[in-house]
Amino acid sequence: MSSRTLPLLFINLGGEMLYILDQRLRAQNIPADKAKKADWIEADRRRVMNDIITTMFNKKFLEELFKPQELYSKKALRTVFDRLAHASIMRLNQASMDKLYDLMTMAFKYQVLLCPRPKDILLVSFNHMDAIKDFVKDTPSILSQVDETYRQLIEIYTPLSSGEFQLIRQTLLIFFQDMHIRVSIFLKDKVQNSNGRFVLPTSGPVPHGTQIPGLIRIFSCTGEEVSRLQFSNGGNYTSALREGSLEMFGDRVIKLGTNMYSVSRPVETHMSGTSKNSSQHTKVNTAPNPLAKEELNLLARLMGGLEVKKPGNTESGFRVNLFATDEEEEEALISRPDELSYGVINIQATKDQQANAELAKIMGEFTEAEDQSPHASSKGDDLLAMMDGL
Amino acid sequence: MYHKEKSIQIKNSASALYNNLSVLRIAPRSLTYFTVVHANVVNMVSASWDGLNYSHRQLQSKEPNVATSTSLIMQAAWCVLPSRDLLVLTSQKGIQMYESDGSIMVYWHALDTPETPTAQAVFARGIAAVREKYICVGVSSGAMLVFDIPTKGSNITLAEVLEEHKESITDMASECSGSLECIADLVSADDAGNLCVWKSGEEFQLLNKIPGFDMCCSSVKLWKGTVVAGYGTGQIRLYEAVTGILHAEVSAHARWIYSLDIAPFSGLLLSAAEDSLVRVWHLTQTPETNSVEIAHMYNECVTDTQICGAKFCDGDGYAFAVTGYDLSEIIRYTQT
Repeated sequence: MSSRTLPLLFINLGGEMLYILDQRLRAQNIPADKAKKADWIEADRRRVMNDIITTMFNKKFLEELFKPQELYSKKALRTVFDRLAHASIMRLNQASMDKLYDLMTMAFKYQVLLCPRPKDILLVSFNHMDAIKDFVKDTPSILSQVDETYRQLIEIYTPLSSGEFQLIRQTLLIFFQDMHIRVSIFLKDKVQNSNGRFVLPTSGPVPHGTQIPGLIRIFSCTGEEVSRLQFSNGGNYTSALREGSLEMFGDRVIKLGTNMYSVSRPVETHMSGTSKNSSQHTKVNTAPNPLAKEELNLLARLMGGLEVKKPGNTESGFRVNLFATDEEEEEALISRPDELSYGVINIQATKDQQANAELAKIMGEFTEAEDQSPHASSKGDDLLAMMDGL
Repeated sequence: MYHKEKSIQIKNSASALYNNLSVLRIAPRSLTYFTVVHANVVNMVSASWDGLNYSHRQLQSKEPNVATSTSLIMQAAWCVLPSRDLLVLTSQKGIQMYESDGSIMVYWHALDTPETPTAQAVFARGIAAVREKYICVGVSSGAMLVFDIPTKGSNITLAEVLEEHKESITDMASECSGSLECIADLVSADDAGNLCVWKSGEEFQLLNKIPGFDMCCSSVKLWKGTVVAGYGTGQIRLYEAVTGILHAEVSAHARWIYSLDIAPFSGLLLSAAEDSLVRVWHLTQTPETNSVEIAHMYNECVTDTQICGAKFCDGDGYAFAVTGYDLSEIIRYTQT
């Protein structure tokens, strides 16, 4: 469908990823295991954020990204984000990466589904871009990279018609179709139902350019209004808000795409959603991929621009866990009190001075093992092998 | 006015595409066929009227000669001609026509697709059967393809290409009242909301162009010479087809309209949108004053569902069916 979809998908998912990582990297005071008190240094958080953002907005990478093209399969895009998440010294294992990706995709699905007009996807993207700029506001070199992408987004997307934006939105909705992972922050906010479907309000402001439903106007042949009839609209709507700014700066008005996480609203996934997730994923992945053949080449070209840093012996690589293993997760479910049972994502960022050298070595091994995880079969693996060879 | 009936389960959920539900009544066999598009698959269900038997079929958007890839489907619709019924599928690669039960593909028309993707997407969308022997299909370039359909067999030919629209075609509809007095046979709509009104024949004749206002017209119908158009703003507009006179303007929905349908015998109009609401309206024509009026009849909220398809199941509007994004069922409503 729309060949203009990939940049928006990438930037918005990337933005969500950064929100989650930032929040987890900041949350030093909530280690699950009191014995392993996290000792996070602000400089490391910044380094991770800067490294990932630098990679995300790499010039060569974005050149490929902005070329008109079809969307990748879910698996291929996941590979891109695996790489991106590992663009710094931080390491995620398979389960944590799964969780991270689930959260990112469900957040953006929600934003695409709920954005009032299709064109508002651009405002959602700008909310992400604004936040990304804020993350790197102290690093001018990265900031200018991000600004360049901003200009490109404005140049390409602002002239598009409402119909073209709807096509982009429909393309994104096909990409996210049948994903019903439950996210606790959404469940708590009552914007997601227990079956994983999002709540669609029949109240609140109508989209910009839309009138509150309820009025029928009848005209004569000469164009004069001859009668006005009211009808009950079955909802509780209010007038449209003003249109958000589509410039580089300004008030976007809509809140979708802004950072919904904070220390008091941490990143969590819903426990019971997990087993469902995996079956859901399997179902999605077995769907025939319309682009299997061309995709491999495109992806290889795209990812040629993605540099991946591997923590060497001298570097202090560390792992971020969102879930360690299924066993651990099950154990947590049984042993944890109810109020904490949603808090299944824990960061165990260990950067112990003494254990440093050895840890780095072990983590290096972990990373290797994860990259060849038995789950990431077929194409994903081949691609990763290919990238390593580049 | 309507109450919910037992839903029909479908194999895959519906994609968010305009007019993503097609219904065909096979009266002699007491069956109703339904199709719903899911990404690159068309789900087809045949349901017996007693509600006891359902049979499913899935059609892929595979081109006959290319084994490599399939493409996303934009629309599936039954085309009813006096001599035969055909199921037409439009996708990113082309147009497929099947026998009405989906068993045999009788025709394949490939679209010109560039080697490398261009900024302008390529697809076909908008399907209508016109008069005795034509099936018209819209293309993303704005062109409309007119196919000449023989009474039987697969000797379908591309008779004409109409190039009046500059934007992607969204939908098209033929006169549904069956009245031969109406001059206009066909109306087509595009991404910018422009409407073209046509008279069919060996050469299709453009009768009128109704300018849009830069807002996509996603669904359009033609009933007794009146164009009914649904827009991205949630508005419904009623125009006299041949003159373009605006008869009525309705602030109908809070979000993008995805589907309109008319029950030609009763003049009932169905509208459905992303706001999760289906509304039923009544159209009345007053021949003395040459005007059309519209009255609101009924609301149905399909909770938490962005509706993408809504169709009456019969010519009187006694029953209608609805489907929505991510929904693996067809919900039916009948009059109480």
